[in-house]
Amino acid sequence: MDIFGVPITALLAQLMIGLVNGCFYAVLSLGLAVIFGMLHVINFTHGAMFVLGALFSWAGLYYFDINYWVMLALAPLIVGVFGIVLERLFLRRIYHLDYLYGLLLTLGLTLIIEGAVRSAFGVSGRPYGPPPISGITNLGFLMIPNYRLWVIIASLLVCAATWFVIERTRLGSYLRAATENPKLVEAFGINVPMMVSLTFGFGVALAAFAGALAAPVMQVSALTGQTMIVIVFAVVVIGGMGSILGTVVTGVCLGLVEALTKVYYPEASSMVMFLVMVLVLMVRPHGLFGGRE
Amino acid sequence: MSDVQEVLALDNLQAWYGESHVLQGVTFRVQAGEAVTLLGRNGAGRTTTLRAILGLTGRRSGSVRLFGRETVGLPTHRIARLGVGYCPEERGIFASLSCEENLRLPPRLSGDDAGLSLEEIYSLFPNLAERRHSPGMALSGGEQQMLALARILRTGARLLLLDEISEGLAPVIVDTLGEAIHALRERGYTIVLVEQNFHFAAGLCDRLLFMEHGHIIESLTPAQLDDQADRVARLLSV
Repeated sequence: MDIFGVPITALLAQLMIGLVNGCFYAVLSLGLAVIFGMLHVINFTHGAMFVLGALFSWAGLYYFDINYWVMLALAPLIVGVFGIVLERLFLRRIYHLDYLYGLLLTLGLTLIIEGAVRSAFGVSGRPYGPPPISGITNLGFLMIPNYRLWVIIASLLVCAATWFVIERTRLGSYLRAATENPKLVEAFGINVPMMVSLTFGFGVALAAFAGALAAPVMQVSALTGQTMIVIVFAVVVIGGMGSILGTVVTGVCLGLVEALTKVYYPEASSMVMFLVMVLVLMVRPHGLFGGRE
Repeated sequence: MSDVQEVLALDNLQAWYGESHVLQGVTFRVQAGEAVTLLGRNGAGRTTTLRAILGLTGRRSGSVRLFGRETVGLPTHRIARLGVGYCPEERGIFASLSCEENLRLPPRLSGDDAGLSLEEIYSLFPNLAERRHSPGMALSGGEQQMLALARILRTGARLLLLDEISEGLAPVIVDTLGEAIHALRERGYTIVLVEQNFHFAAGLCDRLLFMEHGHIIESLTPAQLDDQADRVARLLSV
């Protein structure tokens, strides 16, 4: 059976790849949105943190023989701690300035991280070898490699857990309150500066988690970060800052839109997101799920 | 004993917002269980005094002792943990949190379980019980004010800093708040009020401190107010 001249199995296979990419976009943009909500910093290092997550996962396996599952936990942890150090050393000093300064500072940090990665590993990226989960599951209408199925499930679980913590727990109520009025939250005896550090650490750890998930299926190199950050900025702009659910839904949908474009008009596949972004901004300047702010 | 009794002691407190020198040497003391009101014209430094106690202004110098501990140099969250509850002038209700989430937000302060339970708070402010699941932004001005006061009672803070709690509210709500303050005084809370409405304040407190240009310029008891009516009118005239 064909749909507009494309066999349905080929279409579904592309959509599945789109869904996997969409999951990476969702986890990445979620971290970016959480950081922006709390720090009001547009974190340009996010793509570089994704790359670091992937590289640590790869390096752990090849240099230290630490398996995928351990690195999936360890890589975000290392990157998270690195993020906290960056926040304490640099970002903390510029919160009182305009957003632009945060963007510039994190852009500079990104260039340093990318330069370091490039000189250590080159620009071509390293092949990971066979994915840690092998085999294929037959869903009836579609054959899907088990590892990709795991990526989808793990990403959605992480997004759901993040949503739950922010919207339904006491810690989350501190975070939401501190987003509105950090000084008052501090006047209630809550250590807001520490919460800010941890939020930044958590946000970049999410990026590293996406990187570690992507390592076996995407040849991650020093330059992947730049591609990712531009896409993720588009996701956050389309979804609207400040809505977790909106960010996740937008990330997944854009992955699918990109995949569909690859099937029907491959030439446009790398720009379709930005077309969507322009259209959304013309109709809803605050994004699909954004508030008035 | 005398140190323990003295809840708040300001000595020559100076505070700045950026370049502007707002508090120019504020000195006063508040004993345990006492209620004191800061009065004065707009811009005299009353709100800034409360904010400076918590370290919410820019630079500050001089001395602020809370429960006998020097706090100049401590970060705001550590000061609050000594047992201070702050109800800001703009009320500071979090729009994205429900009424009850707002109420539960300030953490209980360590080592002291003297705070009111949710049931006690809801019996003091029955309106809040009805609105417990409403988002903060859907509450009326009066409900927001009650909530702003109520949420610092749960924490076990023994010193309450209340900024303009009667401002812009209907008389019936001002009465409710007045009754709540009376109830809190009976429970031994120490209270510093900032008020425009000195009739409201006079009925609730032991002393009235008048501020001008970042100084305390006069201290009166409510009983002295009638004798000094002309002077008070002059101190507060715009």
